[in-house]
Amino acid sequence: MIFTVLIPLLIACLIPFVSLYKHRIHTGIFVFFVPFTIFIYFIQFIGTGFEPVRHTYNWIPSLGINFDFHLDGLSLLFALLISGIGSLVVLYSIYYLERNERLGHFYVYLLMFMSAMLGIVLSDNVFVLYTFWELTSISSFLLIGYWHFKEKSRYGALKSMMITIFGGLSMFGGFILLTVITGTASIRAMVANADIIMDNPYMPLALGFILIGAFTKSAQFPFHIWLPDAMEAPTPVSAYLHSATMVKAGIYLIARFSPVFSGFEWFFIIVSIAGILTLCWGSYMAVHQTDLKAILAFSTISQLGMIMAMLGFGTEAAIFAAVFHILNHATFKGSLFMVAGAVDHESGTRDIRKLGGLATLMPISATLALFGTFSMAGIPLPFLNGFYSKELFFGSAIDLGEGTSALASFLIEVIPYLAVLGSIFTFVYSMYFVFGTFWGPKKLDELPKKPHEAPAGMLVAPGILVLGVILIGLFPGAINGTFIAHAAEAVNGEAVAKEIYFWHGWDSTAFQMSLAVLGIGAVLTVTRKKWHGVYQILPGRLSANKVYDWLMAKIDIYSGKITNAYMTGSLRHYMIIILSAILIATTGFMIATGGFTMNFQNLASVTIIEMAVVLVIVAAAVATIFINNNVAAILITGITGYGVALLFIIYRAPDLGLTQLVVETISVALFLLCFYHLPNLKKRQESLTSKTTNGLVSIGFGAMVTLIGISAHSSDWFGTISDYFLETSYSLGGGDNVVNVILVDMRGLDTLFEIAVLGIAALAIYTLIKYRSDKGGR
Amino acid sequence: MEYIISILAGILFATAIYNLLQKQLLRLVIGSLLLSHGAHLFILTMGELKRGSPPILTDGVEEYADPLPQALILTSIVISFGITSLLLVLAYRTANENNTDNMEQLRGNENE
Repeated sequence: MIFTVLIPLLIACLIPFVSLYKHRIHTGIFVFFVPFTIFIYFIQFIGTGFEPVRHTYNWIPSLGINFDFHLDGLSLLFALLISGIGSLVVLYSIYYLERNERLGHFYVYLLMFMSAMLGIVLSDNVFVLYTFWELTSISSFLLIGYWHFKEKSRYGALKSMMITIFGGLSMFGGFILLTVITGTASIRAMVANADIIMDNPYMPLALGFILIGAFTKSAQFPFHIWLPDAMEAPTPVSAYLHSATMVKAGIYLIARFSPVFSGFEWFFIIVSIAGILTLCWGSYMAVHQTDLKAILAFSTISQLGMIMAMLGFGTEAAIFAAVFHILNHATFKGSLFMVAGAVDHESGTRDIRKLGGLATLMPISATLALFGTFSMAGIPLPFLNGFYSKELFFGSAIDLGEGTSALASFLIEVIPYLAVLGSIFTFVYSMYFVFGTFWGPKKLDELPKKPHEAPAGMLVAPGILVLGVILIGLFPGAINGTFIAHAAEAVNGEAVAKEIYFWHGWDSTAFQMSLAVLGIGAVLTVTRKKWHGVYQILPGRLSANKVYDWLMAKIDIYSGKITNAYMTGSLRHYMIIILSAILIATTGFMIATGGFTMNFQNLASVTIIEMAVVLVIVAAAVATIFINNNVAAILITGITGYGVALLFIIYRAPDLGLTQLVVETISVALFLLCFYHLPNLKKRQESLTSKTTNGLVSIGFGAMVTLIGISAHSSDWFGTISDYFLETSYSLGGGDNVVNVILVDMRGLDTLFEIAVLGIAALAIYTLIKYRSDKGGR
Repeated sequence: MEYIISILAGILFATAIYNLLQKQLLRLVIGSLLLSHGAHLFILTMGELKRGSPPILTDGVEEYADPLPQALILTSIVISFGITSLLLVLAYRTANENNTDNMEQLRGNENE
């Protein structure tokens, strides 16, 4: 089974070599065999005696992350959709994309997407699932931005990326929570341990994270905004990704995890509300669109909402209907996208206001569109599969059982009405789509091209899909027990072989609802222009797109502002920030732990000479601040250095005293040399506030150092190791001067690198002085 | 006496930092020099002051000053000298190239 996931990736690596010859043979012809073979492979599993198949391949066994592939009914349904519609889309794209396009890129992205999608539906391991999930986001980003020279493509690609990656990361958080709760990364094991998850206090958090992931991917309200903008992709991509497969990944996720969460009432409430709301809003907005693909995009949103709502209902009948509608929606929506693409390809525009009366010019396309839209609208004819699932949807919406909380009971009351409302608008936009394009007055002079029927090859794929619509409509029983029931069983946990049949009788409530949809829908379709003004009021200026754009712009502005607030470019500001951080952290820690101690025992005596030296150093150090004359400042700095040398001598450190004297002398000489060469040497006037800040920071830092010194000296934890140096200096090192023995013998490595430091400093100084580039760089 | 030297180290630190926060390039080098003095005194105080003779082995002397901090400070003096001289030459070159020794004017360009 792993090969079905890997083969598209492997072939994708070979595509660049094949596409070199694209001018003789269209690259898509080679690609076509990949999904087709996979489709043939999966079709052998269909049958009444289907048993789940499982394969495991190690990836990171130490972390429990492995390629666990598990094929059950639900996975099989999705795998067949992905490979089947994938084959048709590739076939369609052979006629849709010209040979002078960058075909190599297109098919590499498409195959990458295909293998990612197969990976999502087949993997049993949540982390592997997440990996493939993000791969679909990335490949979808690449495909939407396929015509990257168009600005709208780039905008749409970025938007879909931002929203789906946001959801993907949130879902990842949910997966991690579930893994921590159950101790396993396997989805089947999680389903088996559903009661452990339900008892855990973090369960709502995990559910929320996973729901955000599913809602963003499946374009549920209010995350639906990326889907209409993703229509900038080439039409085969829209047909494949944004109607049949990727947008159903969220549906798949909910279906996969609904055995875990379905006992939780909020799962029903949130998922049903999101689904029903999306259904109504999407179908309502679809009528408002003027672009064929935008109508289909909002239609996809609303249909996904309908499936999502049924998964939220969670009853046996609803889940069966949801699974059935996944299949039906993929067939008719795929064919409609392809027809829209054909119209665009042959007439040069997708604007429905410019189109009209194409039925006589493109009769085959018109017929295909008629079947697709009628099935989408759910018109009660025995050869349209959309009607069956819509009636099952109504049936499950009426029959929801009892709610335990007031909110749930209220929902159960209103859901049937909302379902009818959404379906009415579905009917309106379906009719608007098909009659607006193919019937009515001809407006040939407004079209960029003179329309004619699409080439036969372009019509094969939608033709096959429409054939699927009709066949499922005519013989729903044929795929019921062998296929749909297994998929529903995977969600439900138990086998449901529900009968699907066309005629439920006049007194069936669901059928009456369908008739109501038909009647009101027909009236609204005819009078569409009269009530169209309502769009000025309801979406009006409200739009989730504006929120998104506003958010993106503000994030840009405010993050820039925050960065500019502390990255001022002034060394002084950085220094103040660093020093204050050290100051606050250290003194805070000292106060918090009671680290300050003071102990007056074991101190050396104070003599007048020392005190005199100390006072001189203090005076000199303080004077460096207040002296304006630079030469004086340099000389006074020298005084502190000589004072320190004196202290070294007083404190029994002859070598230090010697070195300090020499070094200080050279330093002062260097200072003066530099001073001689420096230009415009004026003391800069500081403002009073910056003086105060500087003073506070430096006094605070000095006080901190003093306190640390005093406490460190007062707390005497262990003795010195210097006794060893004193004892062995002569016997091991052969020298009387212990300091020198330490420097060259016991700790000789320090000295080696200190020599290296001096050498590097000397080289650097030499380079600085000698090496000069001209003005304006070398 | 250790406490007095600690206070002295603190004062040296404070003045050093005040110098480091100035605008003038030369003051920064003075600040770093004062900072190294403060640090050296701080290290010296961490050993004990004025206990015993200088650490040069002599017959008949039992107690010596701690030689380890002295070795550390010696290393440190040399290193800080190397750094200070490099800083000075760098300051001199910077001021020459940019015709200013004002730190507030020495800022990078937008795209660096």
